[in-house]
Amino acid sequence: MSFLINLAWSALGLAIMFAVLSLVVLSLVWLERKALGRLQLRFGPTRTGKFGLLQPVADAVKLILKEDIVPNDSEKAIFWVAPVIVVVSAFVIWVTIPGGENVVIKHLPLGLFYIVAFAVVGILGLVLAGWGSANKYGIMGGLRSAAQLISYEIPVVLVAAAVAILAQSLDLREIVAAQSSYPYMVVLPLGLVIFFIAGLAEVGRTPFDIYHAESEVVGGPFVEYSGAHWSVFFLAEYINTFAIAALTALLFLGGWGGPGLPDVVWFLFKTYAVILVVFWVRGTFPRLRIDQLMAFAWKVMVPLSFYTVIIAAVYRFYALPWWTLTILSLVGLGVAGWIIYRRMSAPARRVADIQRRLAARRETIASSSST
Amino acid sequence: MAEPAVPTAIPERADSQPVEMLLNMGPQHPSTHGVFRMVLWVDGEKIVDVEPHIGYLHRGSEKLCEGEQYHQIVTLFDRMDYIGNFNNELAYCMAVEKLMGLQVPERAEYIRVILCELNRIASHLLYVGTMGLDAGAMTPVMFSFRGRERVQALFEAVSGARLMHNYFRIGGLKEDVPDNFRQLVDELMPLLKEDVEQSDRILTFNEIFLSRLKDVSPITADEAIGLGLTGPMLRACGYEYDVRRAQPYSVYDRFDFEIPVGLDGDCWDRHWVRVQEMYQSLRIVEQAMEQLPEGPVASSLGRRLVRPPEGESYVRAENPRGEIGVYVVSDGTDRPYRLKVRPPSFCNLSALRRLLEDTWLADSVVVLGSLDIVLGEVDR
Repeated sequence: MSFLINLAWSALGLAIMFAVLSLVVLSLVWLERKALGRLQLRFGPTRTGKFGLLQPVADAVKLILKEDIVPNDSEKAIFWVAPVIVVVSAFVIWVTIPGGENVVIKHLPLGLFYIVAFAVVGILGLVLAGWGSANKYGIMGGLRSAAQLISYEIPVVLVAAAVAILAQSLDLREIVAAQSSYPYMVVLPLGLVIFFIAGLAEVGRTPFDIYHAESEVVGGPFVEYSGAHWSVFFLAEYINTFAIAALTALLFLGGWGGPGLPDVVWFLFKTYAVILVVFWVRGTFPRLRIDQLMAFAWKVMVPLSFYTVIIAAVYRFYALPWWTLTILSLVGLGVAGWIIYRRMSAPARRVADIQRRLAARRETIASSSST
Repeated sequence: MAEPAVPTAIPERADSQPVEMLLNMGPQHPSTHGVFRMVLWVDGEKIVDVEPHIGYLHRGSEKLCEGEQYHQIVTLFDRMDYIGNFNNELAYCMAVEKLMGLQVPERAEYIRVILCELNRIASHLLYVGTMGLDAGAMTPVMFSFRGRERVQALFEAVSGARLMHNYFRIGGLKEDVPDNFRQLVDELMPLLKEDVEQSDRILTFNEIFLSRLKDVSPITADEAIGLGLTGPMLRACGYEYDVRRAQPYSVYDRFDFEIPVGLDGDCWDRHWVRVQEMYQSLRIVEQAMEQLPEGPVASSLGRRLVRPPEGESYVRAENPRGEIGVYVVSDGTDRPYRLKVRPPSFCNLSALRRLLEDTWLADSVVVLGSLDIVLGEVDR
């Protein structure tokens, strides 16, 4: 009997989670279109509802009513199951992500471990989607997503481990409680930067939107999907974005901690702030190339995340004062920033060199013609 | 998996390694700039070989010209390079004027130059935007299209049409510019300058943009000349060649402007050359507006039917995309016997296979973007 009651409660919890997450996705779609519009001298949606607020609803209805085309040559079973894998893995991690002290479907003592483990499952769905749709762009995108997401999973996991070392817990509630005096972004700024960048790559957002790059592989794994199947991918992408932003808020920005307002409000405020940065980056940067992306992962992100774990462990083991960790982290950030700057500004320096050589050549031409 | 129908066999490779995959890009692809089709042989993410397919927009313009009267052909030239309409009209009108030995009034020449340079800016702004899109940046296209929109508003005020102007006539212009032309241009110039600067700032020196474009498909000046590249493609290699300076036409010899050149001939240099050209075009427009004389805008020919004497003429001009050549053969009637165009896009596109050597799949899009082709002109 108690088992049945538990089951009913779980079902109710999952239903509420589904409803809330759907609402969140609608709000994110609207927010992204508005934010991008403002960055791009546009208004974004204005016609459907007040401030275009109903536009995502209209889009969702349209997508669900559209014909769901299954290509003849596709592997029907794989083609059908791939979006399910992606969206289920996106949803299940939300079971244990708390939106406040007691706002959680199922509190797990190993919550962080669970989240990290299930976040990887979505990759399988993307690869299957690319493979099953019998499209070369799809395969290209699927393989790209496998390479990209697995590479960037490592920094995410390692930085999460560093935070767990600091908080001495994998329980998200305790991690947030450990940040009651100061958020971890103060002691681990390097960790925050790595987690945010790797998180962008994890959810395939600009400048790492390589596996579904529209100008190259025209949507990658999603190229053959339409209607409800496609909207499921879309849903999963936004839920994942929200999850990464929420984890950034929970692990580094002090979670729901904050003066005055209720904890859920603080949590949402911080999460949406991170999300707005994601949209801002999207409106600003071009896309990296796949080899540059992989080089960035393995040459910069992975070593730095190892460094983060090591300094967190050293700090915890020797019980050093907290500001030593800040300094160590900032040193790492500085070194990384300098290396990236050198790497990235190499062409700019060459451009300056070109300008100088051109000016010199013009001068010689001018002097030879005048004499 | 279904193989796409490709009429050609997979090429033999010197090192006899298996070709991994044949990827058909276009004509329905968001970044082939229209209806261009590339058949790519890719080895993972590396490009092994490419076979360009053109002709999806072929309308037989050159043959159509033989059936039209000389004045009617102007509209056909509008529809060849539909991004640089005025430049195309100018090249055609100059070819027929040369054949007839017509003298174009000063005022008409200046207005032509002003409109052509503004059109060059509009064309390069479109290029900057699409280059951003090809590289994955969404925002530059919005900034650059604002400027392009402003230029087109001026074009509409002058000619009545935003794109297919049909405004130049053999021996002059259709009619004089509107009375408030000077005011319109004066209002446009500072705004346009700001738009050019903004779309330049957001993209050109962006670190990711630099790492995407710099050192991608570099080409030397010798090779570029051998391949027949012209315009920004050639200047990016460091070769200072511009028809406006090498063989000045219209009144281009009266303006002070620089020819921006790159050095490495890679994608970024091509981008940079185009961006710098916009600033030079702004300078030309400013000078032309200062010198703009009063007077008639149509030659002694008026609006009579054009009947050039028997003979032929070839004229070249600097289009936004490169050097356009127009060859007209007349048999003394009111329609040309033969008309041949050397379109810059077509000649630049023919270097695609060389340019895509040793590049990545993602680069193919950027290289094609840096060619800045207009399919209407490639296929004609």
